[in-house]
Amino acid sequence: MVRVIDGVHLRAYPGQVTALLGANGAGKTTTLECAQGLTRPNGGSVRLLGQDPYEAGAGLRSRVGVMLQEGGLPQAIRPVPLLRHVAGMYQRPRSVDDLVDRLGIGNFANTPIRRLSGGQKQRVALAAALVGDPEVVFLDEPSAGLDPQSRAVVFELIQELRAEGLGIILTTHLMDDAQRLADYVFIIDAGKTVAHGTVAELTKATDESAGVERLLTFDARPGLDLAALRALPLEVHEAVPGRYTVAGALTPGHLAQLAGFWAAQNVMPAAIHMAPRSLEDVFLDISGKELR
Amino acid sequence: MNAPAPLLRRVLLQGRYETMAMLRNGEQLLIAVILPLMALVGLVITPLLDEFTGSRIDLAAPGVLALCTVSTALTGQGIATGFDRRYGVLRFLSTTPLGQNGLILGKVIAVLSVLAIQTVVISTAALLLGWQPEIAGILPALVQLILGAGAFTSLGLLIAGTVRPEATLAITNLLWVLLAAAGGILFPTASWPDVYEPAAQLLPSTALGDALRSALMHAEFNLTASIVLLAWTIVASLAAIRWFKWS
Repeated sequence: MVRVIDGVHLRAYPGQVTALLGANGAGKTTTLECAQGLTRPNGGSVRLLGQDPYEAGAGLRSRVGVMLQEGGLPQAIRPVPLLRHVAGMYQRPRSVDDLVDRLGIGNFANTPIRRLSGGQKQRVALAAALVGDPEVVFLDEPSAGLDPQSRAVVFELIQELRAEGLGIILTTHLMDDAQRLADYVFIIDAGKTVAHGTVAELTKATDESAGVERLLTFDARPGLDLAALRALPLEVHEAVPGRYTVAGALTPGHLAQLAGFWAAQNVMPAAIHMAPRSLEDVFLDISGKELR
Repeated sequence: MNAPAPLLRRVLLQGRYETMAMLRNGEQLLIAVILPLMALVGLVITPLLDEFTGSRIDLAAPGVLALCTVSTALTGQGIATGFDRRYGVLRFLSTTPLGQNGLILGKVIAVLSVLAIQTVVISTAALLLGWQPEIAGILPALVQLILGAGAFTSLGLLIAGTVRPEATLAITNLLWVLLAAAGGILFPTASWPDVYEPAAQLLPSTALGDALRSALMHAEFNLTASIVLLAWTIVASLAAIRWFKWS
C-alpha cells in the first residue's frame, strides 16, 4: 500500500472555487481521484453531493464533470464529434455549439485531437467536463499549457460557472491561478493539508497587530551596505546581486527611512515594486524552500 | 439536476463510437479484413491444406473466420484499449455516466459489430471462390463465433489492462501471427506431432478453428471446443477484473 495522501481534510461548496495548491507530487491529483471515485481510499471518508463517489452509479456521475490532468481525450477523433458523443451520455447536456463557440474550439474543429497543441487540448477537455451541465466540476491543472489568451477565456468561464452556482474544485501549482480564481485555498504538502483559508486570510500577517505584511523589492547597484536598514524591524536582503527585498509590516515611516537611505547612499533605484505578501510567500513559508 | 441517458442508449452510443474508431483505423482495417482475405486466397491457390480431408476452400473459410475473430477481439480491440488507457481515455469515460461497465459493454458491441462485417466480407469472398458451407452448421457456427469473440475479447482486455500499450501492440500482433501459423486456426492440429496436439487442443485458437470447421464442414456443434472457449472467457475475465489497471 502506498500512502500518497494521509491527512488531507477539505470541503468545497457550491458557488465557490476551491483550489488545491501544492507542489508537483504533493498529492493533489490523488486527492481529486478519491473525490471523483476513480480511486478507493484505504481509509478516511469521501462524500460527493452526499454520496460515496466510489460506490455511486451513473446518477451521481451525471451531476459531476471531470477534467483530468492529461486530458483523457481519445486521440484519433476530432473535437466536435467527441463532445457530441460525450453529450449523448446525459439527459440534458449543455449545447455543444455554445461550448465550442465559447472556448474557441471552432478554430481547430477539423483537426484530430492528437495534432492539437497543449492549450487546445486543455480547452477541449474543459468542454468535455462541462458538456454534461454538472453541479460540481473537478479541474486538474486547468491552466497548464494555456497561452495568455486561452487562459483569460478559461478563467472567465470558470468565474461564470461559479456565478451560476457550480461547485468548482481545481488543483494548481501556480500561485497566480489560486490568487486570481480561488475563494478558498487548501495548501497540500507531502500528502497533508497544511493550511487553508481565503487568499486574504492566508496572506494576512500572522500577528494581527502588525498590520498587513508587504514585500518591497528594488533594483539598484549591487553591493550596497545595508547596515543602516538593519535597525528597522524588517527583513532586508540582497536577494540576487542588484535586487533587494524588504519584507515585513511596512509603514509610511519605513518608506521615508528607506528613501533617506537611498539619498544617503546616492542611489536612484531602477525599479521599485511593493505588494502584499503573496500566496507564494505563504506557500514557501509553509512548505519550505527545499526541492524535493 | 442532470440525469444520465438510459443505460442502453449509453452503451449503444459507445458501441457505435468504438466501431467507427476501429473501422477508421488503417492498420486495424489491414489486420481485420485485408490480411484475412489474403490468407483465404493464399490457402485456396496453394497446396498447404491438401493433406487434410475436404476441399481447400471448405477448410480455409472457417479458419479465416476464426482468424478474423482474433484480429478484431484480441489484436484490434487490445491495441485500442491499451492506448486509450495510456491517454487517460478510460479514466475520463468512467467518470461520465457511461462508467466502467458501460465502457466494457461498448467494447463488446464494437467487437461483435466489426466481426459481423468481417463475416459478411469473408463469407462473400469465400462463396465466390466456391465455398459450400453446411447450411445446418451456420447457426452453430455463429454461436461458436460469439463464444470465441468472448474469449479473445477477455484476453485482449487482460493484456491491454496490465502492460504498456507498446507491449500490448507487440504481444497481440505476435499472438496473431503465432496463432495463425501454429495455433490451430487455419490448419487443423490433427496431423501435428503427438506431443503438441493434446496441448494445442486447449488453445482458444484451436478450439475456435475446430469449432467452426465442425460446424461449417460437418454441421456439428463441437461441444468440447465450446467448453474450452467458455473456460478461457471465464479465466481471462476474472484475471482482467482482478488485475486490469485503469490508469
